[in-house]
Amino acid sequence: MSTESIASPIPDVEPRPLVDQLHQWVTTVDHKRLGILYIVYALVFLVIGGLEATIMRIQLMRPHNDFVSPEVFNRMFTMHGTTMIFFVAMPLVFGFGNYLIPLMIGARDMAFPRLNAFSFWMTAFGGLLLYFSFLGGDGLYGAGNAPDVGWFAYAPLTSQTFSRGHSTDFWILSLLVSGFGSVGTAINIIATILCMRCPGMTLGRMPLLAWLNLTMAGLVILAVSPLTAAQVMLLIDRYLGAHFFDTQAGGSAVIWMHFFWIFGHPEVYVLVIPAFAFASEIIPVFSRKPIFGYPVMVAATLCIGFIGMSVWAHHMFTVGMGAGANTFFVLSTMAIAVPTGIKIFNWLATMWGGQIHFKTPMLFCTGFLFQFLIAGLTGVMLSVAPFNWQLSGSYFVVAHFHYVIVGAILFTTFGAFYYWFPKMSGRMYSEALGKLHFWLFIIGFHLTFDFMHIPGILGMPRRIYTYEPGRGWDLWNLIVTIGVFFQAAGVLVFAGNLVWSYLRGEFAGSDPWDAWTLEWSTTSPPPSYNFAVIPKVKSRRPLWDLKHPEDPDWHYE
Amino acid sequence: MTEKSGDNSRCGMLSALLIACGLAVTVFAEPAPPSWSPTSIFAPVSTPAQSILDLSVFVLTVTGAIFVVVFSLLAYAVVKFRKRGADSGEPAQVYGSTQVELAWTVIPILIVVILFLATARVIASIQNAVHPGNAMEVTVIGHQFWWEYRYPALKVVTANELHIPVGEPIILTLLSADTDHSFWVPRLGGKTDLIPNHPNSMWMDPRETGLYLGQCAQYCGTQHAKMLLRVIVQTREEFDRWIQEQSRPTEVGDNVSEGQKIFERTACVNCHAVAGTAAKGRYGPDLTHLMSRTTIASGAAPNTLENLRRWMQDPSVIKPGSKMPAMGLSNPELNALTAYLGTLR
Amino acid sequence: MSALSVTMPQADVRWNPPARGPVGMYGLIAAESAIFTIFVVAYLFYMGKSVAGPQPRDVLHVPVFLTICLLSSSITIHAAVRSLRTGSVRRFALWWLLTIVLGAIFLAGTAQEWHHLIYDEGLTIQTNLFGTTYYSLVGLHAFHVTVGLLALAIVSLFTILGHIRQEHAERAEVLSMYWHFVDTVWVVVFIVVYMVGR
Repeated sequence: MSTESIASPIPDVEPRPLVDQLHQWVTTVDHKRLGILYIVYALVFLVIGGLEATIMRIQLMRPHNDFVSPEVFNRMFTMHGTTMIFFVAMPLVFGFGNYLIPLMIGARDMAFPRLNAFSFWMTAFGGLLLYFSFLGGDGLYGAGNAPDVGWFAYAPLTSQTFSRGHSTDFWILSLLVSGFGSVGTAINIIATILCMRCPGMTLGRMPLLAWLNLTMAGLVILAVSPLTAAQVMLLIDRYLGAHFFDTQAGGSAVIWMHFFWIFGHPEVYVLVIPAFAFASEIIPVFSRKPIFGYPVMVAATLCIGFIGMSVWAHHMFTVGMGAGANTFFVLSTMAIAVPTGIKIFNWLATMWGGQIHFKTPMLFCTGFLFQFLIAGLTGVMLSVAPFNWQLSGSYFVVAHFHYVIVGAILFTTFGAFYYWFPKMSGRMYSEALGKLHFWLFIIGFHLTFDFMHIPGILGMPRRIYTYEPGRGWDLWNLIVTIGVFFQAAGVLVFAGNLVWSYLRGEFAGSDPWDAWTLEWSTTSPPPSYNFAVIPKVKSRRPLWDLKHPEDPDWHYE
Repeated sequence: MTEKSGDNSRCGMLSALLIACGLAVTVFAEPAPPSWSPTSIFAPVSTPAQSILDLSVFVLTVTGAIFVVVFSLLAYAVVKFRKRGADSGEPAQVYGSTQVELAWTVIPILIVVILFLATARVIASIQNAVHPGNAMEVTVIGHQFWWEYRYPALKVVTANELHIPVGEPIILTLLSADTDHSFWVPRLGGKTDLIPNHPNSMWMDPRETGLYLGQCAQYCGTQHAKMLLRVIVQTREEFDRWIQEQSRPTEVGDNVSEGQKIFERTACVNCHAVAGTAAKGRYGPDLTHLMSRTTIASGAAPNTLENLRRWMQDPSVIKPGSKMPAMGLSNPELNALTAYLGTLR
Repeated sequence: MSALSVTMPQADVRWNPPARGPVGMYGLIAAESAIFTIFVVAYLFYMGKSVAGPQPRDVLHVPVFLTICLLSSSITIHAAVRSLRTGSVRRFALWWLLTIVLGAIFLAGTAQEWHHLIYDEGLTIQTNLFGTTYYSLVGLHAFHVTVGLLALAIVSLFTILGHIRQEHAERAEVLSMYWHFVDTVWVVVFIVVYMVGR
């Protein structure tokens, strides 16, 4: 990897007035700027969602605590879940996708730049609408307070009978609006990847990140739409007197669950598949080897996408489906463990025989591998329906999915931040602060989420604002809460590193990691047109070919 | 570039995971003694709960073995292949290996087949279990935020404490009066949801007498957390005696107490029933034999006269968000009512 | 390391990626299909489950004429796009306008049917499960027809103002894909509501 000092690529000109700069940001259609807007938006909501979690954990630190009332607690878990999924994880996915895809496929921008901007602002507005709900309530125009129906908003709790006021409407409308943004971005990603690749970059030669984002986009289109449909139905129920989920009129509460989880399960693949993409780009570079088994990695991803549309009712094992239906969903859920496990082995094989550089991106990806293994195995436990009848709706499930979302997704996303920060900002981050972030965060993560499995096994359900002493839950809840503060410290270090490095970091140059994909061939940060000349490629690692003309990849592929 | 980071990451990860492993072993190794947690899923006393435990131990063994193998390989790779100072140039660029990839596809598929077959068997044994025709049936109706129990064959209606006899299969029919709930008493079985317009059924056959605890496991509104479950498993004689006591209507003497008059005159009768009197409300718990229960408000407080008085004065002191409103009663009214309720045995 | 020049002498494969307009429209069609599928599933699930109120076979009349109009509009829009490809803008304008007229007849007929159902048969979205699922499914489709007609009308306006030329045939084709989709959805709705459901 190159360590020579680099001259600043940013030309020395008089900065434009602030108003102009802000106007540029607000009206931009440049995929790189929109990507950064998405990412910054997500980071702000990450902090807000984290505060909501902290409030809950303080309340649950000991039994019969009275840090917050039940009403506030119920709003906290609803808002925490909704925020983290829709206004942190999805914007991160779309932000990185937006920034990286055109660069990695040798294009100048996304297929539909204006649709891109429109989609971002829809998502952004959705988040603001959701949070406006806090301002409602008894005070401001009685418009309603924050939703408290849980992030999956089961019927009939969401009907007018049980959810008076407008709190549930904020949930519905904000997600409806941001859902349009999500579908817009997904359409854009698909069109970009299929239509805008540079000459020579066949589908079999594009970076795995492109394949994984293509799959993710397909899932968004097929999964977010059912949620949109279900939310329209709920709105019609609430305001036009319809009976979709009105159990008094013969409607079905279970059909809401089906519609929601037909969205909800593929949604988690929408979130985790880009995490796999980050790992698939970072692990090879820091192991100094190509990804092991590229074709199978593609096939496994497509399998996951496909099978992922058929597993949704494993969230409903306790609702009283018959033995036949339960058995089917056990099979499909276990089946998806196969391609997922294969990927872990491929990453392992990539590292095997390599020369691993444990810089911050690789530290986070290594943590990801260990943690995703555990998360996948607790997922297998949950797929066993009878076992699920005990574990579902308990803190075991909460621990499992946080293991995936924090332990796998957030870890690789932190890795991605550190890996591509030099490209996006032109500067290197502080490696020391990066490692400090890693260690603080991983200690906190394990304190919180390893021990969270135990109250679940001991009978503690989720979504309870307090619990009885004498059930053996007290100590574990305390340890879980303590871990939160380590994670918060880690995130603070991270934020500080980003800011400090942006202002004062060493100039990075175009290729600080000695990497192999096209984004590293342009300057850091790239010019608005990305590439002076559209590249032509002959293999999956065009920069490897250029750096190793005696041994290019296209001899072997 | 410091390479200590590789060492540190290895050490740190290994120790963190060893702690987790050790914990997992102690938790999973054997059924937790009930004294450690009265709601542990690893201390079954009923056939469905036992089948689940047996299956889970098998699943944990398989996943544990997978974990040990893959974790060791990962840990080995992290240690063995970290860059050393002496290394120069790039390592051998390996693109894949069909045999290896085939092996690690086929083996997981076999594991999945085994786990699936084991699971399918237990699903059938629990969900399609055949019970004797005279198995006792109890109808459980979930309310926000309390449990109603009806014994149709025995014509008994009660609330919040489920009494069942030991050693025989009991079938619970699960209904809901409002929104979704879930019946979860871990030592007696897995949970099953109570969903309006979607009757469900579950069964249990506890083999030891005692008190078994649980709580609602599907978010149902503000006081979901205090919708607690108490299942009292009794010997046949004790259960029959309890049924007899529950079937007796209250004695209505000529001297109708002041408390009873207030009860019948104010809105209490809109929600509550007391057999043998004018109170026939069904929105709230049946109070005919209120004093035979150890707790009130679905387990939220012990059943003492003092707590009853506090509850009636303002339910939100004990269970804020409960559907029972504060009735705005005066102190003499509260005293009289408490005395009356105290006679409902 | 300064930015590398990545240009290889020539690409080794023929390079003909698809155009982004049609791909984007297919994406939109996929998303909309998923939404319609959920409403169709709800319709099928609740078929026969209405507790009270009018039932489909009592009040629904098969809209044969309207269906013929709407499906013919697919033929006319196809003719319009073909005309524009060959450069005859005037013929394009006429076929395009005919498409709009046929679509408008469909909407007017739907409005008439709903008026009859609401005022003569007493079936509203609130009445029962049939009312809920019928109005939402047919209404969602009618909404998509309306949006399509608006888009087609805007193109007609541009044509009248002289802005449409032969080179816009690709874009007209992409818009026509949306229209064909709307017609296909009607075929599904027709089968589910007026044949299977009655």
